[in-house]
Amino acid sequence: MTAPQLSQPLEGISGPVPGAKATVRTRRVRSSGLQQAIFYLLVALFVIFCLAPFIWTLDTSLKGESTIFTVPVRYIPNPIDFANYNKIFHLSRFTHSLINSLIVASAATAISLLIGSVCAYALARLQFPGKNFILALVLGIAMFPGIAIIGPLFRQFNAWHLTNNYWALILPNVTFTLPLCIWTLNAFFRELPLELEESARVDGCTRMQTFIKIVAPLAAPGVFTAAILLFIQAWNEFLFARTFMTQENKLTATVAIAQFTGADVSSQFPWGQITAASIIVTLPLVLLVLLFQRRIISGLTAGAVKG
Amino acid sequence: MATTEQTAAPRAANVARTRRWGSSQARADARLGLALVTPAVITIIAIACYPLLRSIWDSMHKISLRFANQPRPLIWLQNYKDILQDARWHNALWVTGRVVFVSVGVELVLGMIIALLLNRAFQGRGIVRASILVPWAITTVVSAQMWSWIYDARYGVSNDILKRLHLITKPIIFLAQPGITIWAMIGAEIWKTTPFMALLLLAGLQLIPADLYEAAAIDGTNGWQNFWKITLPLMKPTILVALLFRTIDAVRIFDLPRVLTNGGPGQSTETLVLYAYNTLFTNLNFGYGSALAVSTFLIVVLVSFLYIKVLGAPAQGSRS
Repeated sequence: MTAPQLSQPLEGISGPVPGAKATVRTRRVRSSGLQQAIFYLLVALFVIFCLAPFIWTLDTSLKGESTIFTVPVRYIPNPIDFANYNKIFHLSRFTHSLINSLIVASAATAISLLIGSVCAYALARLQFPGKNFILALVLGIAMFPGIAIIGPLFRQFNAWHLTNNYWALILPNVTFTLPLCIWTLNAFFRELPLELEESARVDGCTRMQTFIKIVAPLAAPGVFTAAILLFIQAWNEFLFARTFMTQENKLTATVAIAQFTGADVSSQFPWGQITAASIIVTLPLVLLVLLFQRRIISGLTAGAVKG
Repeated sequence: MATTEQTAAPRAANVARTRRWGSSQARADARLGLALVTPAVITIIAIACYPLLRSIWDSMHKISLRFANQPRPLIWLQNYKDILQDARWHNALWVTGRVVFVSVGVELVLGMIIALLLNRAFQGRGIVRASILVPWAITTVVSAQMWSWIYDARYGVSNDILKRLHLITKPIIFLAQPGITIWAMIGAEIWKTTPFMALLLLAGLQLIPADLYEAAAIDGTNGWQNFWKITLPLMKPTILVALLFRTIDAVRIFDLPRVLTNGGPGQSTETLVLYAYNTLFTNLNFGYGSALAVSTFLIVVLVSFLYIKVLGAPAQGSRS
């Protein structure tokens, strides 16, 4: 980093929303073509840094067995070969795991939103005893290492015959997504204008009616943002999934990827299939990211910087 | 961790507001508030607090699940005394410590550079924003598999690139050499989490009012001075929150070593949580394993305490 880059905040404090025309104009006047070129070179390097491993995985997944295992490495998949995808989708273990992940992540997201959103609303708008204690509790859970509770949960679920049951995963996922849900929505509720709620109550609405008629519709975008974040977190969970699900058709996608042995047991490192499975598991997340990047970023940073 | 003085001001405003509706309204609000938080609190207590207490209780016993009906004597703090003498735990602490310091340190510097670079309007912001989110969104387990393939000694692309650049003549065995594997793992960790750090820092940068820099420009300061005198002091709360998040995440690291190396070669990449996990579910030693798990929890508490009380990181959710 050199001085010209460090002085950038001078000119470009526009938020993530493009369109701060004045600042763009000043910069155009001041920075030379060379500076522009260096800037875009650095940005390009950063984008490559972020995407390269993913692109390499995609690249490998499109190669046939004979082109994957070559020295020196062949970079262009020629011919493009979908055999790996074909194989993994005929692997019931893998297709089951996708469905299991979908069920667990969706259920955990829905339950967490349901109980988290009302909790966030109460924390943002209502006065009641023990509020600070609850804030501290939620905060504490966010920092909690899952390992500290996994032993007792494992024994309890065993005793209740809950292992290999979706609830064994949904419950811990709800617990660990709650803090994210409560923070994101708490920050969101605080930003809603109070006046609307107050005038609704002057008109005779009860708190609950105000919440359902006024707050809930206004909160829909915030709830949607939270839903994306929670789903990604639950979809990616590994520690509990690995421990509480042991039957082959009950594994989640993360566990299936981690234990991947492939359709063909004889080949020891089925990298073509592993990379194909990795792409399939990542695809929903990458799509969410591409479609909702602004929401995700505002949701992720809202709790952290605005506090 | 939530401090009372920070919520005092809005509370006063709220109290004034509720007073207008009369005290019966305030009581109704309090009842409704308690009712609305109850489901979340019950879930947290049942699935996190109670099992934590059970873990602590278990950690004071000798429990092996290997054989049924074995006696499970209460031995109080003996497991913790053993941990302090346990060379494998010292190793796990050293591995985790290196992961925490190196990865979080590199992430902070890289993240700051990236945030400063991106803090302006330019063509193609959307592409950059989307690509920043890719490493963050990718499942850690998947990222571990990706890197495992990248690091593959014979067919891996990392060795191929290094060879084409004439930096090496013989391939590096990334994942089976004690001195190298941990750095390979830290590299994968940095890739996965730097973008998130950059995002948080960028959001913090965008809160700094532009007129501060304009005033500084009138005083004729240079970019370097601006960074140390304006940007860094104003970024302190954001930096501390980002560091707190990432440090605690790094202390809890499990998925990456479990899938990339499974702690190997030897125990050279066995982290605290991985050691606890192996003791619990491979050795079925639930007494000692619980003690290892609880001690990791205590380390997390200690780190949070240091950040919040000593360095003054703003506690999440307790402000505004």
